[in-house]
Amino acid sequence: MSKVYIVLQDTDDARYIVAALEADNPAAGVDHQPAMIRVECEGELWLKRATVEENIGRDWDVRELQLSLISMAGNLDEDEDYFHLYWND
Amino acid sequence: MSLEIKTSALKPVRSTFANLERRFGDKAASRYQEASYDLQPSANFHYRPIWQPQYELNDVRRTAIVMEDWYSLNDPRQYYYGSYVQVRAKMQETAESNYSFFEKRGLSRHLSDDVKAKLVRYLLPLRHVEHTANLNNVYASAYGYGTTVTQAFMYEGVDRLGIAQYLSRIGLILDGNSGTSLAEAKAYWMDDPVWQGVRAYCEGTLVVSDWFEVAVAQNIVFDNLLCDLYYSQLDQWLDENQAQDVGMLTEFMRIWYKDISRWLDSLLKSVVAESAENKAQIEDWITAWRGKAIEALRPVADEMLGAEAIEKSTLVLDARLQRAGLFK
Repeated sequence: MSKVYIVLQDTDDARYIVAALEADNPAAGVDHQPAMIRVECEGELWLKRATVEENIGRDWDVRELQLSLISMAGNLDEDEDYFHLYWND
Repeated sequence: MSLEIKTSALKPVRSTFANLERRFGDKAASRYQEASYDLQPSANFHYRPIWQPQYELNDVRRTAIVMEDWYSLNDPRQYYYGSYVQVRAKMQETAESNYSFFEKRGLSRHLSDDVKAKLVRYLLPLRHVEHTANLNNVYASAYGYGTTVTQAFMYEGVDRLGIAQYLSRIGLILDGNSGTSLAEAKAYWMDDPVWQGVRAYCEGTLVVSDWFEVAVAQNIVFDNLLCDLYYSQLDQWLDENQAQDVGMLTEFMRIWYKDISRWLDSLLKSVVAESAENKAQIEDWITAWRGKAIEALRPVADEMLGAEAIEKSTLVLDARLQRAGLFK
């Protein structure tokens, strides 16, 4: 199976998103690169609105992710409550 | 000639300040953490204050509540000065546009004289209550311990001043900027028997010396009753009496109440979970203040909304206390 990944700018807002990704995907690897953070995981990655809100301490819209997003790989299923990256087997 | 472009990553020597590294490990810290943790001086004070020589300048013993680490009481909203100001500026922008819409369209024309008189008699005197709330929160901020706690009280104090100003503006809208409604409301506050219980409660909270007890009496007991009575029950009454437009002018308070509830619920929950002694102490305080607050608000609530109003608010308060793990 291949890895999906998401790359975010290394900003104050994005760090909460990364924290949420780490919480929801225990298998994910987080790679801090200069000015950006790459999170990759075997098969799939879940980003859940509820987890981000818990971390960031306010209401959060999944579309706000776009403000920090640099790149990603995988099929995307985006909803009001989650952002799900996955590969079909 | 071939050109090879290489990137080389420079790893910073440290990711954050040493105090945060000790708390959270060596990783990039959030602005909230950097602007909140361990900021209050805690050691090496030169002199004890002459007005309270039994304590240091910043002293955990100013409240009966004992926490192993006061900084474990963080603010889930993660407000430091910058983020607090940004959030409130946004809320104020919305409120301002509501007020200017209300004034531009002259929506106060549609309010009956009964409704206007009711607002002057019951809503406007609240600005004096808000002034007390401002003093109490700033008091908790001044004598409290731990910047994550005291800064939140400071913001709350400033919020209350802002709410008092919005209430005053409602008065100015009603009386065409003459200020007569504010003078009338002040007279109700000073002399009308219906308000004397609330006034006495306010004065009572102002002379309590334990800052956490002040916060319990003001922010937890009184405010939960008050906000339910005014910003939910009175709002509904206005809605049913062709005065729903007034809701535009109090929307700021509803958003604010939701916002501070997150912080207060988490504060209460953490303090209660810390130890059985804390829990017992807070239950004692609540038992003492809850009865007083209900009796103080009862005449206002009865006249304004009817006999069952204060009971409904009491249920809201009790549900909130239960959720924080109290009285179980």
